[in-house]
Order: sequence, then structure tokens, then C-alpha cells
Amino acid sequence: MTEKWNITLRVSRQKDTENQHFDDFKMEVNPDEYVLDAVERVWAFMDRTLCYRHACHHSTCGACGMRVNGVEKLTCITPIRAVTSNGATLKVEPLRNFPVVSDLAVDMGAFYRKMEVVSARAVLPITEAEIENPATNWPQNDAQFLRLSDCLECGLCISACPVAATSPEYLGPAPLAAAQDVGIHRNPELLGIVDCEDGVWRCHSAFECTAVCPSFVDPARRIMALRTQVIGAKLGKLFGKA
Amino acid sequence: MNNQPSANKFWAWFNPMGRQVGGWAFILNRITALGLTFYLFLHLIVLNQLAQGPAAYGGFIALTENPIVKLGELLVVAAAIMHGLNGIRIIFTSFGIGVTRQKELFYGFMVVALVAILFFAARMYMG
Repeated sequence: MTEKWNITLRVSRQKDTENQHFDDFKMEVNPDEYVLDAVERVWAFMDRTLCYRHACHHSTCGACGMRVNGVEKLTCITPIRAVTSNGATLKVEPLRNFPVVSDLAVDMGAFYRKMEVVSARAVLPITEAEIENPATNWPQNDAQFLRLSDCLECGLCISACPVAATSPEYLGPAPLAAAQDVGIHRNPELLGIVDCEDGVWRCHSAFECTAVCPSFVDPARRIMALRTQVIGAKLGKLFGKA
Repeated sequence: MNNQPSANKFWAWFNPMGRQVGGWAFILNRITALGLTFYLFLHLIVLNQLAQGPAAYGGFIALTENPIVKLGELLVVAAAIMHGLNGIRIIFTSFGIGVTRQKELFYGFMVVALVAILFFAARMYMG
């Protein structure tokens, strides 16, 4: 028999210029369902005015990022069992550091523009990809094969970053990780974009981006690697190798 | 619209809710930095006692034997040790050393900090 839990879904609500408040929705759930399923149940059966973002339901589109009990999660792959218990309250809020459009939906426009500024790659040759646990028969040396970039552009890293909370112009973890992926050696213009006040040196090593990243990006590690790229490029210029 | 990044949200740096190990280290570094900055001003004010003559300065120095003042001094030592070791951890990770082991680095350095703080506490209160 399917296990059933009774939970209270506490949802952040905010329309137009009103202040943030919370609405509680009591519901019966299967604890192996995902948090997004519970949010959708509110919209489908309880309150059609609830606004949230979602699309693929399998952690590819990166649209359903929210804060679940205060921590950034991709709600389509976060089992209810992992974040609450039977009879307890589950709080969902919009991502931090993005303007709230309505309820749980935020405006990601500025973030996407930053991804464009660093020429983030949507696909890349397998020969340039960092593969997690590659199969032994993986065509690692065949450049004709492409793969999607690991970054879902979900914005969880921006939401979790304490520096992004106070520096609107800061490029942020995902764009800096994307810049590292592109590489200054491939795109020398990146040096001027990331080697600045709001670039790679603004990171204060809180590592929250890596802690919440639902994919294999590890933005903090990439930011540190980008610093090495920047120093290498500047030393190269200094000694006339650029 | 609301919820945008803003310099006025600096208080969010100190909010431990929803933070993980790296975030705790970030918060600890800010609190200890503010504490040490506050101490620096206090130190300058105390040094100013020198300008008011040996008696004034001697009187203040006698005050430092007060256990509560000693506790304050121990807090300064603790803040300096934790801030310094956390800073070394950040230097390491910034140069690509131990980036994927930053949690373990933090725990390790904080164990060293605890031992050092206990050593100084013993010297201050029992030495």
C-alpha cells in the first residue's frame, strides 16, 4: 500500500506591491512525491491564483528552483520525504536575490543576461567536458560528439550566494563558472569581463553555490580555477606571451 | 519589484538560516573581523591613556586583572586565531588547494583553533 503523509505546505505569497505573507495548505501526499508535485496540487485543486515556474519535471530546464525550508532546491527532484516529516510543515519560498514577479516566480532576466555576457556554452564537445564517472567505452577523444552543458541555469547558486545578496552587479557563481568553462584562452575578451570589481575577485568563498548546485557544475571550484586562469593570462601579458 | 540584491541587505551575511558549512565559515569570518576591528578602536582608546600620565595608564592596567576583562581578552585571542586560520583556508582554496575538501579544511582548522584557544585560556587564567 502506498504510504501517505499529511503535511502543511506553507507557501510564500506576494502579488504586485504587497508584502510577502504565507498561506497554509493542508494536504495528503505520498512522501516519495516531489516538492513540485505538492506545489502543483495547490494550483490544481486549491488555489488557481498561485504562480510558480516549472517545465520539464526532470531537472533539465532548471525552472522550478525555490527555497524549501530555507534552502535552495530544484523542487522537481527534491522528494518530500527528504525535507519534512509526516504531520510537519513544509515551507516554500521564491529564490533570493531575484525580483519576485508573483508568489514563487522570480524574474531571471538579469541572470540570463550575465550568462550571455560571458558567452556561456549551451553545448560543448565531449573532449572539453568534465565527465562525472565516465563509462569505460565513453568516446572521450572524439570531438564530433557534443553534450549539453552541466549548468541548468536554475539560479540556485545566485540565490544561495551571500555576496550576490548585496552586489547587484556581481556576475555570480553560474556566470563565472560558465566563463571558466569557456576559458580565457579560447575567448581572451573574458579577461576584461571577469577580472574586475564585480567579477571573479568578488567571490568571498562561502561555497554555498556548490552546496546547493543540483548539477555537476561545482561553481566554487570553477571560480577558483578561473582565478588561476586570470592570473595566468595576466602573467602571460606581463611577459609578452599573450 | 522586491527581493533584488541590495547593499542594504548586508545583514543577510549574518543570517545562519539555510546556510551550510562554507556559509558558516563565511559568517564566522565576518563576525570575527568586526570584533577585531572593534578591538582595534578600543586598543587605540586605551593607548590614549598613556597621554594622560602614568597614573591613569597604571590604573587601567590594573583593571585588566579583572576576570571579565580577561574574558574579553580571550575573546580577542579566539577571534584572531579563528579569523587567521579561516583566512589561511581561503588562501589555500583560492589557489586551488583543497577546494573540493573545503569543509574538511574548515573543520580541521577549527580543531586547531580550539586547541590554541584552550592553550591561551590556560595560560591566561592559570599561568
